[in-house]
Amino acid sequence: MKRLGLFLFITAALWLFWLVFVGNLDPQEMLVGAVAAALVTLLRSGQPCLLENVNFLNPRRVFMALAYIPYMIWAIIVANLDVARRVVQPRLDINPGIVRIKTRLKNPVARMILANSITLTPGTLTVEVSGDDLYIHWIDVHAQDSEAASREIAAGFEKYLEVIFG
Amino acid sequence: MAALDIIGALLVLLGSLFLFLGALGILRMPDLYNRMQTGTKATTLGNMLTLVGLGLLEPAWLPKICLIILFVLITNPLSSHALARAAHRAGYPLAAGSVTDALREDEQAGGIEPGSTACQVRDPGSDPQPEVAE
Amino acid sequence: MVDRVLILAMALAGAGMLLALIRLLRGPNIPSRAVALDVLTLITMPVMVGLAITSGRVIYLDVALVYGILSFLGVISLARYFDQGV
Repeated sequence: MKRLGLFLFITAALWLFWLVFVGNLDPQEMLVGAVAAALVTLLRSGQPCLLENVNFLNPRRVFMALAYIPYMIWAIIVANLDVARRVVQPRLDINPGIVRIKTRLKNPVARMILANSITLTPGTLTVEVSGDDLYIHWIDVHAQDSEAASREIAAGFEKYLEVIFG
Repeated sequence: MAALDIIGALLVLLGSLFLFLGALGILRMPDLYNRMQTGTKATTLGNMLTLVGLGLLEPAWLPKICLIILFVLITNPLSSHALARAAHRAGYPLAAGSVTDALREDEQAGGIEPGSTACQVRDPGSDPQPEVAE
Repeated sequence: MVDRVLILAMALAGAGMLLALIRLLRGPNIPSRAVALDVLTLITMPVMVGLAITSGRVIYLDVALVYGILSFLGVISLARYFDQGV
């Protein structure tokens, strides 16, 4: 039952992508797209799926997942302005280095999203992941201590991801 | 309709300003990792703003343009992370003014498994010496 | 007025492409060149979309997307080359 739900979900998502790519609602295109989406989903069904252990039907989680998007956009804009300010200054105002931070998240998907979010905000770049540790290249290191750096870089994202992935 | 056009044009202008600043950053920054910071990611916001602005100029194409933005959002951190990790494993050093390199320290202490080619620069032909901060 | 702003924006993006090209030629090492190539792609994609809109051809959007996919694969394969030599 759960597998069927997953199958339908992935097929529907792929079909939606197909329709956006094709750009019209011709019945022929829709039919071919549905067949192709189902075929691709069948071909990958033997492999483990990242979404398998995630329950999205909890309203609190859905709310936090939706709230994560504007938070992320806001973080990107703020960090971008900061980096742009550093770039245009006549004397480069950078203080780079690689720091180690520790994450509380256990779910691998949550960790992946955390690492990607950290990389996507300018000024921080995930270089390596090892166990619970993330090694971050930081353009302006003002906390070399692992805990302080974790608070500064990851805590904002973790607050959301902890709820979403429980 | 006209208001949408004006907002779109302003977004395009703002976005291309960020694109330009990102490219300026990649030229000015002292080492590979800092170039990655400004280059690939300051341009992400520029890319997004420009594409949204262009989408507002032509609302019929907005779904497809949103798909392009989604693609950039997903692939950009992946490629910059892969490149940074590979470069660090191949032994490219941080710029001279850098504060700390916890990863290199931990690799040398044996705390984490170093990469298969750690601590050796693979293309000595180009010029492997550390780049000095300007 | 919109046209003029668009021309100004494209000029800015073109100047950015020139700067990235200088970094691509100057190096000094291969990962730096790969980063410059990545930036060049990121700037080219919106320019292509702008071209699609000014010329009114929706097919250029697909060109921009495929260009992005190819560049992503290129950077990933370069990273793999550094990691373990192809």
